[in-house]
Amino acid sequence: MKVSSGNRGDAVRSDCFTELSDEGGVSNQVFLKSKVKALYGKSIETICLEMLEFFGLQGVSVNIEDSGALPFVIAARLEACIKQLVATGKSFLFEKLPENDYPIAANRFRRSRLYIPGNNPKMMINAGIYGSDAVILDLEDAVLPEKKHEARLLVRNALCQVNFYGAERMVRINQVPEGLSDLEYIVPFGVHTIVIPKCESPDDILFVEQRIRKITGQVGTVHLIPIIESALGVENAFEIAISSENVVALAIGLEDYTADIGAQRTSEGRESFFARSRIINAARAAGVQPLDSVASSFEDLEALADTAQSSKALGFEGIGCIHPGQIQTVNKSFSPSEKEIEKAKKIVFAFFQAEKVGKGVVAVDSKMVDAPVVKRAQKIIENAIVFGLLNQNWMESYGNELG
Amino acid sequence: METNWVKNAAGRRIPTQVNGQEVIPFQGVGKYRVQGKKHAPSIPSVVDFPKDGNKVVSSLKEALQKAGLGNGMTISTHHHFRDGDLVSNRIFDIAHQLGVKDLRWFPSASFPCNSPLIKYLEDGTIHHIEGSLNGPLGRFTSEGKMRGTAVLRSHGGRVQAIQDGEVKIDIAVIAAPSCDSFGNANALYGPSACGVLGFAEMDVRYAEKVIMVTDNLVDFPCLPIQIEGNYVDYVVVVDKIGIPEKIVSGTTQITRSPDRLKIAELTARFCLETEILHDRCIIQSGAGSISLAFGVFVHQMLKGKNWKAAVSFGGSTKYSVQMLQEGTAEKILEGQLFDTAAIESMRENPLHHNFSVFNAYNYHSKGNLTSMIDLVTLGATEVDVNFNANVVTHSDGYLLHGIGGWQNCLHAKNVILPVPLFRDRIPVIVDEVTTLCGPGELIDVIVTERGIAINPLRADLIEKAKAANLPLKTIYELKEEAERICGKPQKPQFTDQLIGIVKWPDGTVIDAIRQVKNIEV
Repeated sequence: MKVSSGNRGDAVRSDCFTELSDEGGVSNQVFLKSKVKALYGKSIETICLEMLEFFGLQGVSVNIEDSGALPFVIAARLEACIKQLVATGKSFLFEKLPENDYPIAANRFRRSRLYIPGNNPKMMINAGIYGSDAVILDLEDAVLPEKKHEARLLVRNALCQVNFYGAERMVRINQVPEGLSDLEYIVPFGVHTIVIPKCESPDDILFVEQRIRKITGQVGTVHLIPIIESALGVENAFEIAISSENVVALAIGLEDYTADIGAQRTSEGRESFFARSRIINAARAAGVQPLDSVASSFEDLEALADTAQSSKALGFEGIGCIHPGQIQTVNKSFSPSEKEIEKAKKIVFAFFQAEKVGKGVVAVDSKMVDAPVVKRAQKIIENAIVFGLLNQNWMESYGNELG
Repeated sequence: METNWVKNAAGRRIPTQVNGQEVIPFQGVGKYRVQGKKHAPSIPSVVDFPKDGNKVVSSLKEALQKAGLGNGMTISTHHHFRDGDLVSNRIFDIAHQLGVKDLRWFPSASFPCNSPLIKYLEDGTIHHIEGSLNGPLGRFTSEGKMRGTAVLRSHGGRVQAIQDGEVKIDIAVIAAPSCDSFGNANALYGPSACGVLGFAEMDVRYAEKVIMVTDNLVDFPCLPIQIEGNYVDYVVVVDKIGIPEKIVSGTTQITRSPDRLKIAELTARFCLETEILHDRCIIQSGAGSISLAFGVFVHQMLKGKNWKAAVSFGGSTKYSVQMLQEGTAEKILEGQLFDTAAIESMRENPLHHNFSVFNAYNYHSKGNLTSMIDLVTLGATEVDVNFNANVVTHSDGYLLHGIGGWQNCLHAKNVILPVPLFRDRIPVIVDEVTTLCGPGELIDVIVTERGIAINPLRADLIEKAKAANLPLKTIYELKEEAERICGKPQKPQFTDQLIGIVKWPDGTVIDAIRQVKNIEV
């Protein structure tokens, strides 16, 4: 029997096509075709033989067409072959990188989340370097049905071996219930957040939570972000948002939603205005972040900035990205602007001064400022500091400037 | 023949003799001076040339025969047609027909279109090539199949070798996009227009015989004159000298790779924050994938500050032309052109000036223009922890690129190498370069997608970059990061057979290249 996994072809980089056959001789054999054979030929052969031994295989031959795949990719491809050939409960695991051992708070900012196809190693390797707040390794729409199995193994290995440079590590699983079987490949391997697509009811969340509990033996180890993509999901948005303490945000998926309500998706987005507002309201009522759908334009950055700014104006805190080129524009759009920061500084400083002298009323430019306005200004200052737009000790020099 | 090896000042093992000639080991940057007079070709007399000035002969074969083509001669060509060159191969087809042997080909660069010459290297028509070798020719050479030893020179080093007589050209065959019957020529017009002929200028002046080959014979005088007919012996008219779409692409495109764009942007930010970029700066432009994107960022930054580059040194493209048109560059000094927009600008704009490698890059010139440049960005196949860089061989030991103007540009005030940390698992930052092409003392900054390393010699840049909060790492940190991601590579294996040498622009030998072992079939 002959089985295969992975990708080959002129345009393929950082991947390999692997074939495993049990029609061999007595000992295991590795045949390698690779551009990097002179540099890594021996190490590729070693890891393959080590894996065959680990899984207890004998007399099989491995054929690899390599285009510069990293070890975790080669291992994922070979494991995908092995698991087609024999039934085994074992997994060939890499150590988790210590660099990736950082927590992500539930309310951490999520301005930009970069989607990376779950079966594309080339894009995974650099996913963390572009400065997006989160990276989503996507097992759902970006992976062909016949490639789901090998993608799970690749995503598992990537979570362990790719340095994500501080980004929140998200994985979008397949729709529940099929997606539940994705969880064992990601939950133990350092995922911060599970993105649950086409979520329609609190039950979807509960099923995911049950499965996570079964895997980890604990509650509350992983954040959840449901994506609402249907009319029913929109109606149930608030219930979904409060269904678990681990839900940290509600996202909307407009492509499916507009199809579901029988509308055409337009650039003005009037057809989804209700749903977007409903999601924002439900999320805010539940105390979680509202996140906008995916921004499609990446060539025209001005159009992207317009989209992101109107999304922010509506109340969203972030938007999905499909291309690294979008990230800077998106981050900037969802960060406080210079003008906003200046205004907020004035208000927060006035509030600080008023508090110091025990005054209950805050006035800026001889106008009274209400408490919610102060609260919003404080939030803007807080964000500006987090995003590196404002020094933490700004008030010291600000006070000096004013004399 | 047994090769004797010595160590040069860079600590590299080099041969004492190459192709039967003694060579001088690299002595350190700026240490070597050659004495004596420049080389000169034989003195011609006008009486030997037609009174009507018509030097046209019936074919290239006739011209080569009249020029005295014979065994062991040196034939030079230029590479302005890049991969669309239809002339160079024809010379050796004719030599082969005539049974001529042991020629030395001395191109300003070779391209994959020249790979049919492998058969003439095999049958003895060509003894060896002195010029850039890549693609199939590079593979052939790396596997030790060329009888002679390859000599790799920079563009400036080629002019040096011609001027000081290290290489005496017997016949220069110059493909000319426009030419008159007297031999006056330019590259601005005609179906194979490539804009300038700077790489051929020295060949024309120093060769014993000069043959112009054109597919666009124009009435005397061919204006403007880029190559003067007084240096020319024969003119040959043929149907086609080049493939236009391979000479210049109508559309040079900015890279779409997000990693490369990130590197380009980080490089531009670095240059702005460290004040390398300033009003009236002198910059260099190129057509590499990162260079183009970098150029666009520079253009935007200059525009934003209302600054202007005093000079942009080409390799020009439509993007450099845009800078000239929109006032972010005042003048262009042009070495070579990469697209039709740049050629058009060259024709029409007097501030876009033809400027040959003789002026820009040559060690025997009275002043080094590259040391006046504020900023150059260059590529590299490898950079080591001492900032030494390799541009000619791949990490597996195979010849991959020519040197071009790379070594010459290292003399700029600020030399930045924007490179990815690794390419398809192959680390770019390594312990020691496979082949040394540029000494680390001349390389200031390495910009990768995962951080910037500044040469410790440039404390000034380190200070400014720190203050600007740029993502600095040491070169060791970058190397370790590359190895953590890719794994530590095996060293490429070589035999002790010499296959090529790398010259430093002063004519000394900076490194040697040996035959790869375990040849892949």
